[in-house]
Amino acid sequence: MGRYVIRRLLQFVPTVLGAMFVLHYLTSVAIQFTGNPVRAIFGDRTPPQSVLENLTRRLGLGDPCLEQPFNPCFSLFGKRLDAIFLHLDFGTDFNERAVTDIVAGALPHTARLTLIAILFELVVGIIVGVLAGLRNGGFWDYLVKVSTVLLIAVPVLVLGLLVRDFVNVKFGNVLRGVDGMPELISRGFFAPTWSSNHPWASLLMPGLVLGALSLATVARLTRASLLENVRADYVRTARAKGLASNRVVGVHTLRNSLIPVVTFLGTDLGALMGGAVVTEGIFSVPGIGRQVFAAIFTGETTVVIGIVTMLVLVYLIASLAVDMLYAVLDPRIRYD
Amino acid sequence: MTADVTLDVEGVADPSRTGPALEVTDLQVEFRTRAGLAHAVNGVTFHVDAGETLAILGESGCGKSVTAQAVMGILDSPPGFVTGGQIRYRGKDLLKMSEQQRRAVRANQIAMIFQDALSALNPVFTVGFQLAELFRKHRGMSRAEGRKRAVELLDLVRIPAARQRVRDFPHQFSGGMRQRVMIAMALALDPEVLIADEPTTALDVTVQAQIMSLLAELQRERQMGLILITHDMGVVADVADRISVMYAGRMVEQAPVHEVYARPSHPYTKALLESVPRLDQKGRQLSVIQGLPPTLTAIPPGCAFNPRCRYAREECRQPPVPPLYEVADRHASACHFWQEVRQDD
Repeated sequence: MGRYVIRRLLQFVPTVLGAMFVLHYLTSVAIQFTGNPVRAIFGDRTPPQSVLENLTRRLGLGDPCLEQPFNPCFSLFGKRLDAIFLHLDFGTDFNERAVTDIVAGALPHTARLTLIAILFELVVGIIVGVLAGLRNGGFWDYLVKVSTVLLIAVPVLVLGLLVRDFVNVKFGNVLRGVDGMPELISRGFFAPTWSSNHPWASLLMPGLVLGALSLATVARLTRASLLENVRADYVRTARAKGLASNRVVGVHTLRNSLIPVVTFLGTDLGALMGGAVVTEGIFSVPGIGRQVFAAIFTGETTVVIGIVTMLVLVYLIASLAVDMLYAVLDPRIRYD
Repeated sequence: MTADVTLDVEGVADPSRTGPALEVTDLQVEFRTRAGLAHAVNGVTFHVDAGETLAILGESGCGKSVTAQAVMGILDSPPGFVTGGQIRYRGKDLLKMSEQQRRAVRANQIAMIFQDALSALNPVFTVGFQLAELFRKHRGMSRAEGRKRAVELLDLVRIPAARQRVRDFPHQFSGGMRQRVMIAMALALDPEVLIADEPTTALDVTVQAQIMSLLAELQRERQMGLILITHDMGVVADVADRISVMYAGRMVEQAPVHEVYARPSHPYTKALLESVPRLDQKGRQLSVIQGLPPTLTAIPPGCAFNPRCRYAREECRQPPVPPLYEVADRHASACHFWQEVRQDD
């Protein structure tokens, strides 16, 4: 196990470097084609050449390779690696705010949002999946099958906008018109957009939207895997041992059925981070996703590279943790 | 170790253990499938006394495992349903009990050993957990006590280094050792009736012999009634007291073991015995039973064996199904022409 973890940690190095180079190259090519993004700071005013050049150099975009289309700008990449790994300097945005500060400010929101989404999809997804699996062919099973297909078919963007307009705005407006309605509900859970007065409560709806797609997958996986396992020989043994059916399902069947769900969770973390960009945009949550989104528009390459690199790291660590969890759930898996 | 622990785990013979422990009368089981109604068990009657071994013999799909599962009450239902008959343990009809009462009988009074221990043990729990669970749920013991009992049980079935091995998972055991764990699990609560459903088919021959002798020894010690379900004539001859031969969901012959080998009285039993490879017939073609067992959705009228039987006549192809004729003391055969079968040698 220890050796496996070390090997996986070593694999992080090429993965992170590769991801950074792809990011670096894409952002460089973007600058090479659209021109110096620093000009945007001045809006429609034309700054003196010397001022522009000074500022560009200070923001780390003075390298002449950025004017030659498709030049990979290796020296610039080297400088970036040197700053990040040797000086732990992730650079700044155009207002000279450190990327680390931006992340520190935005990360808690995204972490909360993702946490709500994961809890929602796991708790509800597993319960619903077990229910459908036990009632195979019955009403609940069909209800779950149909509703999960709907959830999977609707893109997060559409679902998010629908929920915001109909639940948070229209239904929320009704609630806000009711006398004596607690503010936590009317301006928290059903706030039209994220509100700093209710940093947790107003993340509920965005979290549910973000987790909805994965919830459908978790429910279907649990259902299929439970159905596969209820007829297993060891379940028959458990019944022959005179155990109550709660225990037969809840302990003997479920533990085996959750193995594919945990596998899914590993890949799902990546999807949640991607989904967070959209969800945060729709509900105006000032999280990581929104920062990346904004930075891409303004061409603040250091911000994009810094934040995405950190996301890559978070994803790698999380999937390593899931793989460890996998071995705990299924003792037949050996990492050596 | 207290005296009571020794008693329970060593399984000192209980003097009250005499007479018929389990009686199954006219048991009927059907499977309601999309392909139609399958009559898996059609009026099976047998009994097993304490301390006795009854072998239920028959080829695949004849209903022997279904009978065992019906007795345990672990049929997959749907599609399986018990539609008639009685299953009496010590006089009480299990089929009339509530699910909760039946659950208390499982493992406590009637326990079962399954065929393939690798799939019959839960792959994600240690064998210690799976053994201790019985004591925790049926006897209300703590985890620590349960684990102690688990070690004793593994010792009982002669698994070396039991204290360490309780922490192992099923896949870490060899096939024979896994079957020993299964046996330990079945014996844990000292049941009076043990049903072993082909306990040695997944094992190689030398290990088979070890497992069978272990099973026979534990059965003698504890005065258990053992129902041995098998298709292996060799295993039966060594350990069984009585044999019931099953075909297409019915008993076709019942007799003490030596009687069956000496004077088989049903054409099916006779054909089964002839198909056992014998050393003195080395090099010759093996004798086989022509044809296939009937599909359970379409059992032929009259005697179910008639399409494959060399004694079959018109009478055999018409209903009713031949009853069990008493052909000798404690020996019954469901063949109209049993006298002919017995004379023929």
